[in-house]
Amino acid sequence: MTDPERIKGGVATPVPHDSAVRHVRGEAVYVDDIPEPPGCLHAAFGLSERAHARILELDLSEVREAPGVVAVLTARDLPGANDVSASAHDEPLLAEDEVLFHGQPIFAVIAESHLAARRAARKARIRYQDLPAILTIDQALAAGSLLEPMREMVKGDPEAALAAAPRRLRGRVELGGQEHFYLEGQAALSVPGEGDEMTVHASSQHPTEIQHKVAETLGVPFNAVTVIVRRMGGGFGGKESQGNAPACLTAAAARLLGRPVKMRYDRDDDFLVTGKRHDFRIDYEVGFDDQGRILAVVIDQAARCGWATDLSLPVCDRAMLHADNAYHLPHARIRSWRCRTNTVSNTAFRGFGGPQGMAGIERVMDHVAHALGLDPLEVRRRNFYDPPGGARTLTPYHMTVEDCVIAEIVDELAESCAYARRRAEIAEWNARNQVIKRGLALTPVKFGISFTLTHLNQAAALVHVYTDGSVHLNHGGTEMGQGLFVKVAQVAAEAFQIDLDRVRITATDTGKAANTSATAASSGSDLNGMAVRDACEKIKRRLTAFAAERFQTSADQVRFLPGRVRVGEEEIAFPDLVRMAWEARVPLSATGFYATPRISWDRAAGRGRPFYYFAYGAAATEAAIDALTGQWRIERVDILHDVGRSLNPAIDLGQIEGGFVQGMGWLTMEELVWDEAGRLRTHAPSTYKIPAAGDRPRHMNIRIWERGENREPTIHRSKAVGEPPLMLGISAWLALSDAAASCGPAYPALDAPATPERVLRAIARARGERWP
Amino acid sequence: MRDAIRLLLNGRAVELRGVDPRMTLLDWLRVRRRMTGTKEGCNEGDCGACTVSVTRLENGRPARRALNACIQLLPMLDGCAVTTVEGAAPAGRLHPAQEAIVRLHGSQCGFCTPGFVMSIHAACGPGAPPEADSPPDLLAGNLCRCTGYGPLLEAARQARAAPRPDWEPDDEAMAAMLRGLDDDEDLRLEGGGCVAHAPASLESLCALAAERPGALLVAGATDVGLWLTKRLDEPAELIFMHRVKELRHITEKDDEITIGAGARYVDARPVLARAAADLGELIRRIGSVQVRNAGTIGGNIANGSPIGDMAPALIALGARVELRLGARGRSLPLEDFFIDYGRQDRAPGEVLTAIRLPRPADPARLRCWKISKRFDQDITAVLGAFDIAVEDGVVRHARIAFGGMAATPRRARATEQALLGRPWTEETVEDALPALARDFAPIDDMRASAAYRLRVAGALLRKRLIEDMAPGAPTRLAGTREGAA
Repeated sequence: MTDPERIKGGVATPVPHDSAVRHVRGEAVYVDDIPEPPGCLHAAFGLSERAHARILELDLSEVREAPGVVAVLTARDLPGANDVSASAHDEPLLAEDEVLFHGQPIFAVIAESHLAARRAARKARIRYQDLPAILTIDQALAAGSLLEPMREMVKGDPEAALAAAPRRLRGRVELGGQEHFYLEGQAALSVPGEGDEMTVHASSQHPTEIQHKVAETLGVPFNAVTVIVRRMGGGFGGKESQGNAPACLTAAAARLLGRPVKMRYDRDDDFLVTGKRHDFRIDYEVGFDDQGRILAVVIDQAARCGWATDLSLPVCDRAMLHADNAYHLPHARIRSWRCRTNTVSNTAFRGFGGPQGMAGIERVMDHVAHALGLDPLEVRRRNFYDPPGGARTLTPYHMTVEDCVIAEIVDELAESCAYARRRAEIAEWNARNQVIKRGLALTPVKFGISFTLTHLNQAAALVHVYTDGSVHLNHGGTEMGQGLFVKVAQVAAEAFQIDLDRVRITATDTGKAANTSATAASSGSDLNGMAVRDACEKIKRRLTAFAAERFQTSADQVRFLPGRVRVGEEEIAFPDLVRMAWEARVPLSATGFYATPRISWDRAAGRGRPFYYFAYGAAATEAAIDALTGQWRIERVDILHDVGRSLNPAIDLGQIEGGFVQGMGWLTMEELVWDEAGRLRTHAPSTYKIPAAGDRPRHMNIRIWERGENREPTIHRSKAVGEPPLMLGISAWLALSDAAASCGPAYPALDAPATPERVLRAIARARGERWP
Repeated sequence: MRDAIRLLLNGRAVELRGVDPRMTLLDWLRVRRRMTGTKEGCNEGDCGACTVSVTRLENGRPARRALNACIQLLPMLDGCAVTTVEGAAPAGRLHPAQEAIVRLHGSQCGFCTPGFVMSIHAACGPGAPPEADSPPDLLAGNLCRCTGYGPLLEAARQARAAPRPDWEPDDEAMAAMLRGLDDDEDLRLEGGGCVAHAPASLESLCALAAERPGALLVAGATDVGLWLTKRLDEPAELIFMHRVKELRHITEKDDEITIGAGARYVDARPVLARAAADLGELIRRIGSVQVRNAGTIGGNIANGSPIGDMAPALIALGARVELRLGARGRSLPLEDFFIDYGRQDRAPGEVLTAIRLPRPADPARLRCWKISKRFDQDITAVLGAFDIAVEDGVVRHARIAFGGMAATPRRARATEQALLGRPWTEETVEDALPALARDFAPIDDMRASAAYRLRVAGALLRKRLIEDMAPGAPTRLAGTREGAA
């Protein structure tokens, strides 16, 4: 039954993803599904087979002669700039004289079919002169190979506080990288228009950047390029900057050949060419008291950034900004080394450095608890930031945490998941069983929301109301599966008080919403929801003024009710009012805009208020390991997560569950292996293992924190949910560590990813055994 | 002799003549037919985004199977009814799998979704294998990077419980349609510079293979498919084995089981699981539903992969292989078939026809463990198979074989000798560990280090002992003897 007092699909209702029916019917169109324009050609890259080398000779004659080949492009053939960098102009689309990583694109084949292009690309004869390659963090640090000088944040006097601390310990943790493994690989289709115009269909989180980079590649003004993104088959940060290369290459080829050109990376190429989550090595020294209270820390983070700058600097900044997670660190020194290496250029990945920073301090908590023989949860609780008004609220970057609710969430979760009882049961199990050992960990998440580069925190929208009362919605955010489009449409439906099915969601288009930021940093609904509401409110104000005038009443007598508008004593159906307004020549289109307030950040000083607010959550995970083989299974997880007042609880639950599993995958099974020549050996799902259906914990209890509410006036008081749940996966890694710790007296110091081999090594460490 | 592939595509008959026989079903659907609902995620049969639902006659009855279209070559679909996501439901209707995924919020980015729909669709059809009742097994071959799988697993459960959609033909009608496509004609296909044969009888197959020793023999193509899609091989001549019904036979006698080389995992699993429980569990861990619906045990062996999962277990059980070169047959112990890395005792033109397995006296005696980073659909780091018999506390019989420890699957002969005739105790096992290090010198690779492999090989021998010494104690995280409380 429909409730005349409620619209269908307003905010806070769990409506399905707007494309759900198209998804299940195979009707949702991705770039490679767009009907190819007549004459469409296909591109493939020829890749470097060396990690670092000078190109002595590039013989492409066999490539050119291969069946179906129309053209072969090298850097010299590009019409404009040879650069696809998102930041520092240090990322050539095609290598010139030198290759800087194994897998770097050197040339591109344009052929009549995707397969013909791939086949031809392998026929190059390239002579290299090998140059010394820097492959690891150690090698980069030894050679001083950094993207920028070491960065530092300091609070108080950490060295003095360490010296005075009753207890101290040091440790090191290594955290592997992570391949995005979006199911849809990178793809772009460029269609030349008249004159200098180019339309690019991209699978990108950042259409505006694609527009800019394509314009530079072609040597045309930005207004000659239109970029359209209907949806992505997954992004996770991997399509923030990594879509630039196929977009620019296809646009260049389309311009040179005057034909549409499409490119999609074969999965192996996608692994080899595109950046991943940064692997980190974190060294820590911590001073604490007998109760486990942290008195001082020095945390040294070293990240492997790869061959080009890309987004590594802000990624590493965010790692520093999350080196505290939810803990008050009275004295802290946090240092960061951004290592330049001859490996793929690492990039944005859900959490953007935050997960690595957070995993570091969670390891510290775990280690301190082990040293004191305390339950790690107790140690964590003793170090939480105070709730609003408390004394312990200052971060290492000198921002006051004004909204900390972590203690409440953790208390509630510990209770609901029966932490204490299960802790005792596990201890008993472990005493009785020699092969299968169990472990439990409850970890918090506090994640800062906003782009740290302050000016990116803006958004634009375009809303049309048509004369039948239907609404056309457009904004700068992109849909990668996270449900942004439906959430923002719910905001528009709520604003106009019309049913959700009256709101038409349309593809992101640089011709409609201009100068937009990437859909990243979990900011999608915060920014675009507000921009859309701004546009809707503009139109509503015009309708209100019109109605008040037409019905001879005051504006405060006009109210938007479900499907209708009350004007004084009268009620008019929304479409009728719209039509009357049109006849009275009232404009029914508006742009909207939003800029996040209250934020500022001095990157050089490492101080400021980079975040508008924080999102919180906590997870308790139970794991079992096989102490003979190191194999493991995640058995159960309980999650309580703060999304403020949810815009769509079904979408938010999906983000939380998916985020946890992805974070768990990062820290447990997903292993990127490079060999000594700098070649990635795990470059397809056959060798790189993301969690499969059977890896989902058999018991998974996820709840949205009912008391959650954003203290800041965000869109309907909701909170961002894209990235924060990923870090709930840290609990899975530490549950494995806890299980390993039960095998012996020493600290197991489990590194990530916790493959069976690493778990077995951690067990050996706990037992004080020598590993051959 | 027939020169065209005949199949049903979403209920409509299609004849394909002159098509390149190396073309994958996925490329044909997406590029030739412009049916883009079926997605390419990895092009190597690992992610399941390209899953289609294929009904074929098995012993005269229709059986619906999920297959990865990216590594199915077109001739392999001859005689089959292929359903893609576009054909899962008529316009305006939703298949129960589709309806449940929408209702349970099981799609986010939507790219993997058609594959999940079709995996569940296949499990809702006739002849569903046992894993259809276990959603995590059913969906092990479909990767999703967004959801965390919860709603998809639940959708599989609910769709399986839903009544069969009224628009689907009943089994009799489907069987009749498929019989209409079936014949005993040999198939010869030519296109794109490639000749392919799909003989209908064993005689024909052996004659062809002997006559054309350079032709590539193709069984389930779960490996050959990757040679084409990833290595971009361009074999000029192919001989497909899948139409030879004799090769798919599985015969059980009191003392012996014979598995035709063309028998697929899905069909051999129940028989082998009855013969040795751990063999059933091992097959559950090989590939995924889609891979087991295509892959054959004969192909797994003939291919000679150093980690081929079936080989160590079959060696431990004393299996033999049967080969034919033209009309001449021979038989040899499986362990002798593997000569070196990539080299098997198979002459050019010789066809592996069957595996013969002595029936184990006790289905619980064989123990085998597969060690990999992920439980499902992963390539083995170490696989240990132990057939150990103890009488009066003394080891009387020991056949131990490992995969992933050497260039071929191999017996641990020194270890066996170190156990035989000695009391089955911790001390004996500890004493045998140096022998294991003499048996194998494994390598480091992306799956594990040599040190880990050797350590785990020893740990598995210990585990074998512990399962005898403390029969009730949990020793396994996956499979039948679960450690989970």
